[in-house]
Parts: sequence; structure tokens; C-alpha cells
Amino acid sequence: MSARAAWRLEELGFSEVYDYDAGRQDWQEAGLPIEGTEAWGPIVADAITVDPPRCRPGDTVGDARSLLGAATQVIVVNEPGVVLGVMRKESWDAADEALVGEAMRLGPSTVRPGAMLVPLLERMRAKETESVLVSDPEGRLIGVLDRADGEAFVSGELIESSFQTCDSCPGWWRHRLVS
Amino acid sequence: MPQAIDREQVLRLAERGAPVVDVLSPEEHEQLRIAGSAGLWLRELDAGSVAGFAKSEPIVVYCHDPL
Repeated sequence: MSARAAWRLEELGFSEVYDYDAGRQDWQEAGLPIEGTEAWGPIVADAITVDPPRCRPGDTVGDARSLLGAATQVIVVNEPGVVLGVMRKESWDAADEALVGEAMRLGPSTVRPGAMLVPLLERMRAKETESVLVSDPEGRLIGVLDRADGEAFVSGELIESSFQTCDSCPGWWRHRLVS
Repeated sequence: MPQAIDREQVLRLAERGAPVVDVLSPEEHEQLRIAGSAGLWLRELDAGSVAGFAKSEPIVVYCHDPL
């Protein structure tokens, strides 16, 4: 439909017409701003923690372990930031000298930042999932949604959260940081 | 010839001031749209409806998805 509109605009004399053929769905799934009477309700981007610890498959498990801090997992990404795996639970049983690429859990589930938060939290509760990775439609890591943070946001406990630009995210959309 | 572009290119064009235009119906535009985008329904796309847009400047159109 947008392709026909683009051609029509050229017929009407426009000299530089661009067709964003992936459209509104692509935009929304990337967590970019939308508006309208149906653009309501909290989304995943409202409650995620950005910049979680991350490492490369060629790092050692010891290096990854040193990044943990208060977190329970380290996300494994490649050069462009695409999620390859995650170091969590039994992955940490590996020796410090082992490579992350051999010890990591492969292919963790990810959700898009524009997904509706409440139904996702319901699914997480049903599956007893404590956290889920958040990526853009191309699979690049954006952050982590902890179920506890999501539930706190929905209940209004995080109403004082601040907004901050996420330097590592594509585009210029803004995250609500969980404080 | 219109050029197909991706999300990153839309962002760059929008930052340069290019209008981003939803060609869905007015009802759909009212329900859900890219923030800040204008509505220009395909069925009403004529010289009159585009009068507010500069023909010599870039313009981006979109609808739901590629289908």
C-alpha cells in the first residue's frame, strides 16, 4: 500500500519519495514512539534495565564471571551486538579457563521493546521466568526485563523513574530507567 | 523512482525534518501511528491533499507492514 502511495506522490510531482515498507509494525516492535487512541498501556521498554553485563563467545568464563556484579547472568553477543547466548545457572559450572562460546546457553528467548508489558508478565509468571532479554527486531541486545521490575512498574511503584538516552540502542528512542 | 528504506533511514530523514506520512485510512491513523506522523490516505491522495507538503523536499510514506 505504501509503495502505491510512493508512486502516486511521484506522479504528483514529488522529487524525493521514500517508502518505509516495513511500516508501523516494524517501528512499534523496535520500541520507537507511537501515538493514537490504541497506543496505550505500559510496554516492555518502560521497565527494562539497559546495558546489562555482556561478553563475547571468545572470552573466558572467568572473564565473564568477573562482569557479574549484582547480576545473575551475562549476555553473550557478537560484534554488532546480536544475542548469541547467555551465561546463567549451570553455565557457571564451567571452569574459568573454558570459553564462553562452549559454556553458554544457546538461543535465549528475546522480546521486542514495544511489546505490551502486562500480558508478557502474565506469561512470565505462568512459566516462572524471572527475566527475559530484550532485543530489537534484528536481534541486537537492548536490555533485560526483570519480572520484578515489570511488576513494580505496573503497580506504580516505579512512577519516579527517570528517562535517559540509551547510547547503545539504535535510533533515538528513550528508555525509562529502573532506579 | 521511490526508494525503499529501513527504520534507521527513516530516523535520519525525520531528524532532518522530512515529513513521515501514514497512508492508511483516517480511522486507522487515529488509532495508531508513528508519533508525529501526518495522515494522507492513499484513496484521497491528490493535488489538493498534498498541497501542504513541499514537493522538492524528501517525504517518507508508510502503512502497516510490507504486506
